[in-house]
Amino acid sequence: MKAAAFAYTRATSVANAVALLARHGERAKVLSGGQSLMPAMNLRLVAPELIVDIGSLDELRAITTREGILSIGALTRQADLQTHPEIAARAPLLKQAIAHIAHPAIRNRGTIGGSLAHADPAAELPACVIALDATIVARGEGGERRIPAQSLFTGIYETALSPHELLVAIEVPLGPKKSAHFFGEFARRRGDFAIVGLAAQAVVENERLADFRPVFFGIGDRPILAASAAGLIGRAVTPEAVLAASQALGRELDPPEDQTASGAMRRHLAKILLTRCVSELLGRPDLKTEGA
Amino acid sequence: MTAALPLSLEVNGERVETQVLPRTHLADFLREQLKLTGTHIGCEHGVCGACTVRVNGEIVRSCLMLAIQANGASVETIEGLSDNGEIADLQAAFRERNALQCGFCTPAMLITAHDLLANDPEPDRAAIREHLSGNYCRCTGYHAIIDAVEATAKSRRMAKP
Repeated sequence: MKAAAFAYTRATSVANAVALLARHGERAKVLSGGQSLMPAMNLRLVAPELIVDIGSLDELRAITTREGILSIGALTRQADLQTHPEIAARAPLLKQAIAHIAHPAIRNRGTIGGSLAHADPAAELPACVIALDATIVARGEGGERRIPAQSLFTGIYETALSPHELLVAIEVPLGPKKSAHFFGEFARRRGDFAIVGLAAQAVVENERLADFRPVFFGIGDRPILAASAAGLIGRAVTPEAVLAASQALGRELDPPEDQTASGAMRRHLAKILLTRCVSELLGRPDLKTEGA
Repeated sequence: MTAALPLSLEVNGERVETQVLPRTHLADFLREQLKLTGTHIGCEHGVCGACTVRVNGEIVRSCLMLAIQANGASVETIEGLSDNGEIADLQAAFRERNALQCGFCTPAMLITAHDLLANDPEPDRAAIREHLSGNYCRCTGYHAIIDAVEATAKSRRMAKP
């Protein structure tokens, strides 16, 4: 199908974009890469009156590191995250996740800011920014606001951003040298949305998890930082402890059923991902149980 | 404000100065205003890959990009890549290996495969599959397509000692 008619304006600066959003509010939609918005418009799931195209705002493209923070401009494309040396060195979780997002032609236009603002519960990047304990920077007419990634996602396609705010950057705190990550995803086909996925960031010290942030996606109305994995932090990990954590995870999650998988299948796959994740982070193949 | 806007871009090396409605996506613009019908429209929501074109040298879904977003850009379609001979060997390999049946997916398959070979001259079959994973062939002739891409990669390597 074709998108319904709309008015179009190309923002000339971030301030201009924010002023347009302040004036038009919910009647306007921000267009960055368009890889989620355009399908939704073509399917007439959304029909904004005004499109505010931020695609030419080069000020939102920078990737910089200063004072222990990796700052990623909202317009950074998925293809850039995949190839940028700073991302590979400082946030390799993102690089690994990108390979699972759609296909090359889509990654050439899709942006990190667009993916986060769209807030698809089965998408990879929302889970990654929570695992990385990132902060989301939003700008409105009153100035900038910093939102912890964990508080950004409030429901299916819903975020804490107001219609008057523009997501401008993602700030990732740089972890200690011993930080490790894991990314795993089950999908029907490479590039499809996840049935279940897991993005995890950890600190491994003396063969223990000093910190561990496993975030599941495709398993609820938003990405879920698994509380049940806390029992694995700061102790010697045994196969029994992993089994107990995965059983607790099964109780914690209440996954939905849809055409790709039942809730029970999603729960099962999530437990397998957690087991694989802990085993891989600690370099302990003996921790894999339950067919993982 | 929903009225047509001025659009200036380059298509297959030729300057185009025209007007376009904001809602027109790039695929419709190429097909209906420029009559470049080699760019096909399948699903119109980014799944099938039949509308793949090159914008500023990179492959994109032309159904997921507004024509107006291509203002100032250089767009290349299958017509341009065919006429300039850039993919002649790939086209010949598709023909030789029967890598097309109905042909609907073929222009986009060629552009996507060419994009892979430009960045990775020695892809294995898994890498070819991965790169073409966003392009549907509903005749399901995938193996022949991968054969053709693999054969082209080989012959290009041999041509460049």
